[in-house]
Amino acid sequence: MNHDSNPVFSCAGVRIHIGEKEVVKGVDLTVQPGEIHAIMGPNGSGKSTLANGLMGHPAYAVEGTVTLAGEDVSSLPPDEKARRGMFLAFQYPVAVPGVTVASFLRAAVSAVRGADVPVREFRKELLERMADLEMDPAFAGRYLNDGFSGGEKKRVEILQLLMLKPRFALLDETDSGLDIDALKVVARGINTAASNDTGMVLVTHYQRLLNYVHPHVVHVFMDGRIVRTGGPELALELEERGYDWLEPAAAAGGV
Amino acid sequence: MASTPTVADIGSDYNRRYGFHDPEEYFMRTPKGLSHEVVEAISLLKKEPEWMREFRHKALDVFLAKPMPTWGDTAMLSEIDFDEITYYVRATEKQETSWDEVPENVKRTFDRLGIPEAERKFLAGVSAQYESEVVYHSVKEELTKQGVIFLDMDSGLREHEDIVRRHFATVIPAADNKFSALNSAVWSGGSFIYVPKNTEVAIPLQAYFRINAERMGQFERTLIIADEGAKVHYIEGCTAPVYSTNSLHSAVVELIAMKGARIRYTTIQNWSNNIYNMVTKRAVAHEDAVVEWVDGNIGSKLTMKYPAVILKGERAHGEVLSIAFAGPGQHQDAGAKMTHLAPNTTSKITSKSISKGTGRSSYRGLVKVRKGAHGCKTSVQCDALLIGGAARTDTYPTMEIAEDQVRVEHEARVSKIGDEQLFYLRSRGIRDDQARLMIVNGFIEPFVKELPMEYAVELNRLIELEMEGSVG
Ligand SMILES: Nc1ncnc2c1ncn2[C@@H]1O[C@H](COP(=O)(O)OP(=O)(O)O)[C@@H](O)[C@H]1O
Ligand SMILES: [Mg+2]
Repeated sequence: MNHDSNPVFSCAGVRIHIGEKEVVKGVDLTVQPGEIHAIMGPNGSGKSTLANGLMGHPAYAVEGTVTLAGEDVSSLPPDEKARRGMFLAFQYPVAVPGVTVASFLRAAVSAVRGADVPVREFRKELLERMADLEMDPAFAGRYLNDGFSGGEKKRVEILQLLMLKPRFALLDETDSGLDIDALKVVARGINTAASNDTGMVLVTHYQRLLNYVHPHVVHVFMDGRIVRTGGPELALELEERGYDWLEPAAAAGGV
Repeated sequence: MASTPTVADIGSDYNRRYGFHDPEEYFMRTPKGLSHEVVEAISLLKKEPEWMREFRHKALDVFLAKPMPTWGDTAMLSEIDFDEITYYVRATEKQETSWDEVPENVKRTFDRLGIPEAERKFLAGVSAQYESEVVYHSVKEELTKQGVIFLDMDSGLREHEDIVRRHFATVIPAADNKFSALNSAVWSGGSFIYVPKNTEVAIPLQAYFRINAERMGQFERTLIIADEGAKVHYIEGCTAPVYSTNSLHSAVVELIAMKGARIRYTTIQNWSNNIYNMVTKRAVAHEDAVVEWVDGNIGSKLTMKYPAVILKGERAHGEVLSIAFAGPGQHQDAGAKMTHLAPNTTSKITSKSISKGTGRSSYRGLVKVRKGAHGCKTSVQCDALLIGGAARTDTYPTMEIAEDQVRVEHEARVSKIGDEQLFYLRSRGIRDDQARLMIVNGFIEPFVKELPMEYAVELNRLIELEMEGSVG
């Protein structure tokens, strides 16, 4: 892990409105290469809004600055951010009927690497990554997320993470809806990405994933804000005590 | 029966028929407008038997008596000026269009699709013929060996009058609708195919293989007969835009699948946007027969087309898989008809449409089950994709079910290119326009995968062109 002062990602003063409503109320984050952050918080607190907003969802009005590998990407569209090495694993990946996992991924990989990857080379790489994630090779020919189970969708998100090798990834509840075997596979994928120097923010509201992935930093997120930041022990504390004891901090407006 | 002619024979026959030696006939075309004189001239010119001559004249009376359809796009229909149309032009005469007259956008599309020079001119109506003798020769030999007849309709009538007379207009009578009556009166060109019992034609037959034939007539007439246990796949059209100065195209296609036979009829048509494309397509499926219409419609000003299957024998199966792309200012009124006359017959309709800009697509379908046709199954699925705020789609499904023991499924869906789908693809680095194209190609994938490889590739490329500048 690289702890010099070249964070792979940072954001400052991020506020996000959906319509009139302010859902994210000022978030600052700094992530180093290969570093894993966990953001934990109750349902409805704005975690997905933060993740989608940072990635550049066109429906969200995002204020503040987003910096990727030293460059200000605040006003860039999502495809441009992705080509510069940013990634979001979706909480609810959408289906794209008629487009196979393989053809989609080839387009994505070509876009991100800035050059067409030869078919054979691509296939080989894809099948290797799928094997790492214990996926049936037939999956490559299925239509993207179309009729996939929750667990299958999450695996395909991790497959994309491994194929696209981003500098920085946001993973929104990639652990939810998984049985224990699938959880281990997903965790392995996350650890592989970290060892390749991808900086990551894992959004989760369970301690479960953290048995297999060891975050360097844990943030507690409530009502649109990070209300506390600590080490791995904070996750355990949350597991024991829930979020209620932190309410006053949320009400007081931060750490 | 006259033996199927060799390539050399066809050449000489063509010469005789169209009289290259006779400068007067060489320039033959009928005057504008429709009358019994015009019909008489066409029949005389083709030296047709008496029964066909009569058939044409009767059909003309029907055409003149019948009102325009009161459904479909009546506003667009009323713009057709039947007096301004030339109803018969000899193949050789069609060379009149000069390359300079071909619109820029059509030329550009040829470029982008990489259509060879000779074929471009043919497709644009600049040259009347596109010869691919090499391909044709080997195909022809194989077919002759199998006893398969594959001719243009005019030659079919001349050389196999007995078969033609037995089946012609038995599936679609002249009086079926105004446009079938019109076609019956002035038809010219089209394909005639007869596949003998238990014979399987290995490669798809394409009008493309037929040299020196009037294959792109305005009023084509196609008749395909698959005898018992026979199997044939026919492909009509191509993805390249077909430009014509004649704005009305009204074809009639009749298919007859005898007991246990299988016919697939694939159409890919991309008319230039001045064309009214009014086509009547119907098949009869006898016992255990299977008929499949795979129908792709792109372009034209107005297309009205509802491929039909009459399921006449027990356990017959009919299928229509169609896709329509309505660009700005275009209206695709397409659909399907299934008539279940016998028990345990099954049918499946899958209709997909894309409307872009001010484009409009309509699905118009009819499923009929006759009393006593128990154990039938039918499923209808319509999916419409709208691109842009002004695009429009409507569905007009009709079910007339006179039998209780029937399983009917119907599903209709309208979708837009979803913001969430776009965001998902874009978050993977895929640019906005490419992401839209991916979604559209995905939408038509169930259709594309039924096409022979080269058509599938062409169609995807064509959709790519059609999608250009469609952001929003
Ligand atoms: N598209 C939307 N339109 C309106 N409200 C939304 C939308 N997305 C999220 N919200 C609201 O924003 C708040 C935060 O939601 P979300 O970010 O999904 O929370 P979390 O991921 O922490 O569960 C919730 O009150 C939710 O109802
Ligand atoms: Mg969420």
